[in-house]
Amino acid sequence: MTEYADGTVVDGVTYHRHDVVIVGAGGAGMRAAIEAGPKASTAVISKLYPTRSHTGAAQGGMAAALANVEEDNWEWHTFDTVKGGDYLVDQDAAEILAKEAIDAVYDLENMGLPFNRTPEGKIDQRRFGGHTRDHGKAPVRRACYAADRTGHMILQTLYQNCVKHGINFFNEYYVLDLIMVEVDGQKRPAGVVAYELATGNLHVFQGKSVVFATGGFGKIFKTTSNAHTLTGDGVGIIWRKGLPLEDMEFFQFHPTGLAGLGILLSEAARGEGAILRNSEGERFMERYAPTIKDLAPRDIIARCMATEIREGRGAGPHKDYLYLDITHLEPAVIDAKLPDITEFARTYLGVEPYTEPVPVLPTAHYAMGGIPTNVRAEVLSDNTTVVPGLYAAGECACVSVHGSNRLGTNSLLDINVFGKRAGNNAVEYAATAEFIPLPDDPAKPIRELVDMLRKSNGTERMSDMRKELQLSMDTNAQVYRTEKSLTEVTKVIEDLRGRYKNVMVQDKGKRFNTDLLEAIELGFLLDLAEVLVYSALYRKESRGGHFREDFPNRDDENYMVHTMAYLTGDAHSEDAGDHIRLDTKPVVITRYQPMERKY
Amino acid sequence: MATATLDSPPAPAEAPIPTFTVTMMVRRFDPDVDEEPRWQDFDVEMYPTDRVLDALHKIKWEQDGSLTFRRSCAHGVCGSDAMRINGRNRLACKTLMKDLDITKPIYVEAIKGLPLEKDLVVDMEPFFASYREVQPFLQASSKPEKERIQSASDRARFDDTTKCILCAACTSSCPVFWTDGQYFGPAAIVNAHRFIFDSRDEASSVRLDILNDKEGVWRCRTTFNCSEACPRGIQVTQAIAEVKQAIMFGKR
Repeated sequence: MTEYADGTVVDGVTYHRHDVVIVGAGGAGMRAAIEAGPKASTAVISKLYPTRSHTGAAQGGMAAALANVEEDNWEWHTFDTVKGGDYLVDQDAAEILAKEAIDAVYDLENMGLPFNRTPEGKIDQRRFGGHTRDHGKAPVRRACYAADRTGHMILQTLYQNCVKHGINFFNEYYVLDLIMVEVDGQKRPAGVVAYELATGNLHVFQGKSVVFATGGFGKIFKTTSNAHTLTGDGVGIIWRKGLPLEDMEFFQFHPTGLAGLGILLSEAARGEGAILRNSEGERFMERYAPTIKDLAPRDIIARCMATEIREGRGAGPHKDYLYLDITHLEPAVIDAKLPDITEFARTYLGVEPYTEPVPVLPTAHYAMGGIPTNVRAEVLSDNTTVVPGLYAAGECACVSVHGSNRLGTNSLLDINVFGKRAGNNAVEYAATAEFIPLPDDPAKPIRELVDMLRKSNGTERMSDMRKELQLSMDTNAQVYRTEKSLTEVTKVIEDLRGRYKNVMVQDKGKRFNTDLLEAIELGFLLDLAEVLVYSALYRKESRGGHFREDFPNRDDENYMVHTMAYLTGDAHSEDAGDHIRLDTKPVVITRYQPMERKY
Repeated sequence: MATATLDSPPAPAEAPIPTFTVTMMVRRFDPDVDEEPRWQDFDVEMYPTDRVLDALHKIKWEQDGSLTFRRSCAHGVCGSDAMRINGRNRLACKTLMKDLDITKPIYVEAIKGLPLEKDLVVDMEPFFASYREVQPFLQASSKPEKERIQSASDRARFDDTTKCILCAACTSSCPVFWTDGQYFGPAAIVNAHRFIFDSRDEASSVRLDILNDKEGVWRCRTTFNCSEACPRGIQVTQAIAEVKQAIMFGKR
């Protein structure tokens, strides 16, 4: 055991001490920091400059039943969230989400967020998929928004307030390990190990409490709205520590990615009246969801789109995409409410959305699963046991408020509600906790990993391996899945695990070695893809974002449970069955009994 | 009012889209090895719709893993990959091959005026330090129970400057910033503008005082480089002019 004062350097490793250590500086991490920072010594460690985080790419809005433009209440919002998640949502958590949404929006407005306004000067609201009046009767205006850059404004506002509070950021520091120490027979977090991009030096951040807010891992897929940096490092670290991951099979495919590119076109377009059409010009969603049509939840629309293409009604020379049509909207409305996404269509596809429909395809967007937490954002080491001092919030976490399919605008909400809870609870914990003494040389495993990669004479190109993984995930584990397709991708992952041991790193330097870090990120991608596919093979039913063609119905009798995956052996062994154990966890049902999901 | 044109899909004809070879001239610098930056050329096979970022990735992933640059979202909203492309500041992820003259090499180098760290990476800290100087956060004493009321027109007054993604394309295109390391630079002024003209904010006079400094707005020589460089289409020069006017005549 060792103890070092803040700033001590030993064998090239810098030791830091902060009451609260937050990993990740997107929406959830910075929302946590705004709670913790003013009350205790807080460090925010981020692989990016905070304003580069992918919260900034979110477009359409943040749900809250403010009832500013029409009747609404949090109970309807709770119901929509539960139904949207195909009843796999923990209903106590969904209720907190919907109730606290209202203050979460007011908090942001009070911090300075420039929401669009109603004629009375209140926060304006618009429609979004799956959000309805009175339990599904009609779409409701619930999404608070700032044009189609709501996520950008949230990220900027939170960063501005972090500047105001003088939050201590460590930018471009890659957290690669969580230090767990046994105390009173239970493993607890003592801090994290980070790699400083600029220098290649290692840092140990000792903390009384640790918050993970590291975002998602959409880069396991080829077609994705996710940033290059969304490689699931945080979720992967938790996995490698032997802590469980929940509901990993549920990944959301957003219906409207720019065809061929995956760049997101917000659901807000459909909220404002855009229509999905097939090659015949037909508004096909009328056939599948007669009541709310193009505003059905994302899982349903993505599946309908895949079906339209399979049945030959795809558009374009290869009949392999569909159209998002906003040509009937006034250009002034488009410019005021959807300026960014129309610009994306012009820039990247050369399509003029005023006059031409935009080619779109489903794009891998959001992980419903992740690090299991309770509603206090405390990380769980099994179905019920809390890891004292360890918190998670945002996309990396699974509370579970999204169940098997997240509603649009509920993730910007999630990061604010549970980011705030994580920050508050982490700082409250740190107020009475002691620092846990560090084990000797806690950076050793990461130093060995980094040295091994830097010195390796590997010959396998990581870009080839990553591409193979992503292609196979798109082909076999996307909107439609079968036992056969999932087995296929399992074999690909097995093969890649073997080849990964021989990965090539060309950059041998210490400064800004992004080559080395991409190799480490690929390791996390392989781990998480494997857990996703393994969990998806287990779930022999179709629910929300997980659709098994060989088991096309929801099976509440056998699968009305969360999946809990545990690493039980060598993460790098090739056979997943060797080292993954699956368990289940009951769903919390309070008000709403599962019903058939019709829109 | 436009009409739908579903019978004429935007995609090109059946023929496969041709690729072409483009020469990328990249200004490399590794301070552990190089005394001075040096140009290195790479040939890459590209599609017309590929981005400059795709070309850099192709080099990094298929030819030379040591090529170093920042990127994240790859569609122009995170602000990581501002660089000088053929002498102009742009985002690599928002610059398509078809919009460049590919008969000649494409020159890519780091943005100017900030300390060069490695290849296309500069030290962003001085840039963010200027940003922090202007107190870029809402200052309002009222504590409403719900939201503060703001009219749609008051909200529209500062809409343009809320689009800033802090990529530094504007600041690092400014000749004054290149020669005078003390100048706040356009991006900091844009972010001050965003609050000065926000009807909810009460600290505009503090910010105007800060910008009335000798290194503040008066250094601007209205060369419009910043407006041309902004990948978000912000009228940067106009925002600076509005701040100058507010200092002289008060807010309007």
